[in-house]
Amino acid sequence: MSDAWSRLRRSRRATIAFAAILVLVGLAIVGPWLNPNSYDAIDWSNIAIPPGLTGAHWWGTDRLGRDLFVRTLDGTRISLAVALVATVVSLIVGIAYGAVAGFSGGRIDHAMMRVLEIMSGLPLIFFVILLTVVFGRSVELLFVAIGAIGWLTMARIVRGQAMVIRGREFIEAAVAGGAGPVRIIVRHVVPNVLGPVLVYATLTVPQIILFESFLSFLGLGIQEPQASLGTLIAAGASEMEAAPWMLLVPGLILAILLVAFNVLGDALAEALDVRER
Amino acid sequence: MIRYFLVRLGGAIPTLLAIVTLSFFLIRIAPGGPFDQEQTLPADVMANLNATYGLDQPLWIQYGRYVGGLLHGDFGPSFRYRDFTVTELIGEGLPISLTLGALALGIALIGGVATGAAAALARGRIADHLTMGLAVLGIAVPSFVLLPALGLLFGIYLHWLPVAGWDRGSVADLVLPVAALSLPPLATIARLTRGNLIEVMHSPFIRAAFAKGLPRRTVVLRHALRPALIPVASYLAPAAAMVMSGSLVVETIAGLPGIGRYLVQGALNRDYTLVLGMVIVYSTMLITMGLLVDLLIAALDPRVRLET
Repeated sequence: MSDAWSRLRRSRRATIAFAAILVLVGLAIVGPWLNPNSYDAIDWSNIAIPPGLTGAHWWGTDRLGRDLFVRTLDGTRISLAVALVATVVSLIVGIAYGAVAGFSGGRIDHAMMRVLEIMSGLPLIFFVILLTVVFGRSVELLFVAIGAIGWLTMARIVRGQAMVIRGREFIEAAVAGGAGPVRIIVRHVVPNVLGPVLVYATLTVPQIILFESFLSFLGLGIQEPQASLGTLIAAGASEMEAAPWMLLVPGLILAILLVAFNVLGDALAEALDVRER
Repeated sequence: MIRYFLVRLGGAIPTLLAIVTLSFFLIRIAPGGPFDQEQTLPADVMANLNATYGLDQPLWIQYGRYVGGLLHGDFGPSFRYRDFTVTELIGEGLPISLTLGALALGIALIGGVATGAAAALARGRIADHLTMGLAVLGIAVPSFVLLPALGLLFGIYLHWLPVAGWDRGSVADLVLPVAALSLPPLATIARLTRGNLIEVMHSPFIRAAFAKGLPRRTVVLRHALRPALIPVASYLAPAAAMVMSGSLVVETIAGLPGIGRYLVQGALNRDYTLVLGMVIVYSTMLITMGLLVDLLIAALDPRVRLET
């Protein structure tokens, strides 16, 4: 593990990506306090002004005169929060499902994998769209709906690892020592799958950020006056002729976040020697 | 092969029925109805409307009727686009969406394999780093950011291409949407091709091929590429799903009259039949794509036997 850590630290790409993520997370958390404007305050005397460090609105304003610095960082924070919670949800469900299936083996494993197969064959994205329409648009629903999609691949990875581990001697020793299946899964199987899980979780975060932006872009996610990167990009896309910065600022932040998480995930996979799927 | 194809196709019918059933009841749980307007309609008008469309019947009778209609190829009338059936609406937009999707997927496949292979063969050199850097960017920048950005550059600043619009199938209208849709899967395919080709090039049979004195070109094209493309083939199914969901937003941004807008709009309008029709169309396309991918893998990989 310490080995992997030093390999990771030596990778220049990983260091830069990690730094970029830290900076953006930090900005997202403290940023809104650096600027006196609030995310939904309308400044009638400064409508759709371009970015400039001298004025009161560093990254410009939108059509309603709302400050884009605060709105973008606020949106980044919401996007990150959704991604974090949804990743944790998919982690917990995926690890539990995969560990139980892989460790049980036999008929239970077969049935559980069949369920997984059917689910991944479904056009889940359409169900998420239907769900958001049915149950109204709320942040909580976003967490659950997106997390519900993310666990499928996670479960498959964990199951594969669990099957390998099941045959090892130390599991036999644990069984001989009188450990029950729950204890074995929690104490022996789960810790041993942490490497691939960590890699996949890092790669899940950008996927979820992307998916949340996609839903918000369609008008199904975060609602006005709240902002997420997706809603900001949607607003920017429709105003790009008159106010291109409205598109470029949130678009750039989204791109940096996604690139950074993907690069970090790849570097982690290399450092931990996890093969790609 | 044909037997396999038919059996798999038959197996898709229960899946499709399950999807239709789930979606049918899901959309009906949603509050509101297709005839809700800002100004509430008089109760008797509402009752008449509901009676005309059969919405006054118990839900399970409506479900039976709908599925019965489907068996006859009837998707029902649209609730919002009066005087249009769902079949007409989808039939009008589908060719445009299919053209867009097929072009995007085709370009992603050909371009991705070509750049990925080129990067693999130039491993460690500048061309490799450059291609892979672009690939990371392609994976990270989604279609709905890419399309407006491309429109800004090529449409508004350079005036080379129209930003949006649809002029009876002029090629210029399709360039930017196709580019925006194809770049993300192209990047993933390039990465997959590169990684697999590098691995295959190290295997003993490639060394044997070189030892026989075959030129590098022949070794790569005839021996190495085929096994390296197997993971690419299995990625085509998720890539198709990605292109389809991407087209939902790309068509809206580019103002293309495809079917993309009907899914979200239909769901928001409670246009029950339109939403279900869209779910059926998309699911059928995804299932067919999965089947094609399995056939493709069987053709690429001699170890795979198609079992029914």
